[in-house]
Amino acid sequence: MKFSTLLRHFREGAKNILRNGWMSFASMSSIFISLFILGIFILLAVNVNSMADQIESRVQIRVFLQTTVEEAKVTELQNKIGNIQEVSKVTFVSKEDGLAILRESMGEENGDWLEGYNNENNPLPISFTIEVYDPQTVDDVAAQIQAINDADETGPIYRIKYGQGTVEMLFKVTNAVRNIGFGIVIGLAVTAMLLISNTIKMTIINRRREIGIMKLVGATNAFIRWPFFVEGAMIGFISSALTTGAVLFGYSKIISLTQLDMSLMLISLVPIKEIGWLTAGLILVIGTLIGMLGSTISIRKYLKV
Amino acid sequence: MIEMHDIWKTYADGTHALRGVSVRIDRNEFVYLVGPSGAGKSTFMKLIYREEIPTKGQISVNGFNIGKLKPRKIPYVRRNIGVIFQDFRLLPKLTVYENVAFAMEVIEAPRRIIKKRTMEVLELVGLKHKHASVPSQLSGGEQQRVSIARAIVNNPSVIVADEPTGNLDPETSLGIMNLLEEINFRGSTIVMATHNRDIVNSMRKRVIAIEDGNIVRDEARGEYGYEV
Repeated sequence: MKFSTLLRHFREGAKNILRNGWMSFASMSSIFISLFILGIFILLAVNVNSMADQIESRVQIRVFLQTTVEEAKVTELQNKIGNIQEVSKVTFVSKEDGLAILRESMGEENGDWLEGYNNENNPLPISFTIEVYDPQTVDDVAAQIQAINDADETGPIYRIKYGQGTVEMLFKVTNAVRNIGFGIVIGLAVTAMLLISNTIKMTIINRRREIGIMKLVGATNAFIRWPFFVEGAMIGFISSALTTGAVLFGYSKIISLTQLDMSLMLISLVPIKEIGWLTAGLILVIGTLIGMLGSTISIRKYLKV
Repeated sequence: MIEMHDIWKTYADGTHALRGVSVRIDRNEFVYLVGPSGAGKSTFMKLIYREEIPTKGQISVNGFNIGKLKPRKIPYVRRNIGVIFQDFRLLPKLTVYENVAFAMEVIEAPRRIIKKRTMEVLELVGLKHKHASVPSQLSGGEQQRVSIARAIVNNPSVIVADEPTGNLDPETSLGIMNLLEEINFRGSTIVMATHNRDIVNSMRKRVIAIEDGNIVRDEARGEYGYEV
């Protein structure tokens, strides 16, 4: 295609958008809304993921031993647990360490509760802190540790503790957000596509006379189709560019507003510079694709040549 | 140039528009197509510019087998055929110049040639001075001249005109006919469907009469009429 022809197609496409003022506006608004929600879901998904990661990294198993367990047994157990395939690290927590950890986790205000306890009268058992490679295997690893205990007639383990249920719950939430988001976005994308296709259909109907003359004097099909294709793509691109701006602007506002509250909960939102490009890229590409597909549908359906 | 051999055309609703038409129109001929409304004149013309394809039979235009033409070749065949309608079919928002240049732009003719050729053709149809007007500012005859200019701007070898004077008064019609004769004189084949008895009788050309899908008369220098 000649460059001047390409320019003409873009000029015509832009003209069509202006001529169809309200229809273009309607489909742009629809794309804007769809992509805006898509943007929210992208950011939500990325953030839920990152939060899941942040919480997951804190998921660990704690194994408390009977107070009567001998030192040799402790080492044996530590080795056995360390040999479980899914386990990445086993940390021995002595009575003293246990007391220090407990003190810390209770905070200064409630620290009084533990006052009077020292290394002599420490009531805490020896324990292990176990980390696993994949948080989803926590359940399984806990069961395996229980099996080790059951196989040993002395029953050296007093208690195995881990966030039973929390991890599963977290994954369910993450998956649900992903699936629901995906579903909604697909639905909205289809709606936006149909709206664009409808806009292009209007253009084609409005310009039926012109198209008829073009065919009559021997314009090629590609030449006739291009401006409509460009129109759809432009509607998609312009509205997705606007959406990108709105979504990222909104996100940066949310980040600055919630920074304080969130850090109190020990989690943080993914910074904009980390997901800004991804979000912008996805929205722009999907928006433009929606436009192109929408116009293609109508071109195929209403532009019989 | 245009050859039809045993052409049948039956539309989807069962109408038999043409029933076994065979005819040959040579290069540079001027042919009137006469016959009552619904006789098949328009179908005859639509077959030439491949708006329709025959149900049965063979038609070739400028050496192209129209019935078997690949869709992507259609535009190139049409570039050699100019079509003129009773209702002009101009684009109302474009100026006279733009309406004519449009036909060259859409086949991607070079810009400098478009300007030169468009003005040339507007001069031929006598509307150079109105090149900046829009169709609504023109009389019917002038609008038809613009549509003729558009039909001939790409130098087609065949001009198909479907009742070009149908909406015009006798005097204006005469002007249009003189213009078509001039175009024919310059080398284009012209096939013109008409109901205008005076025109056919005053400008003696070949007359093909169609009635009920059949050619009932074909005379080299005929008169108007199709009654058997």
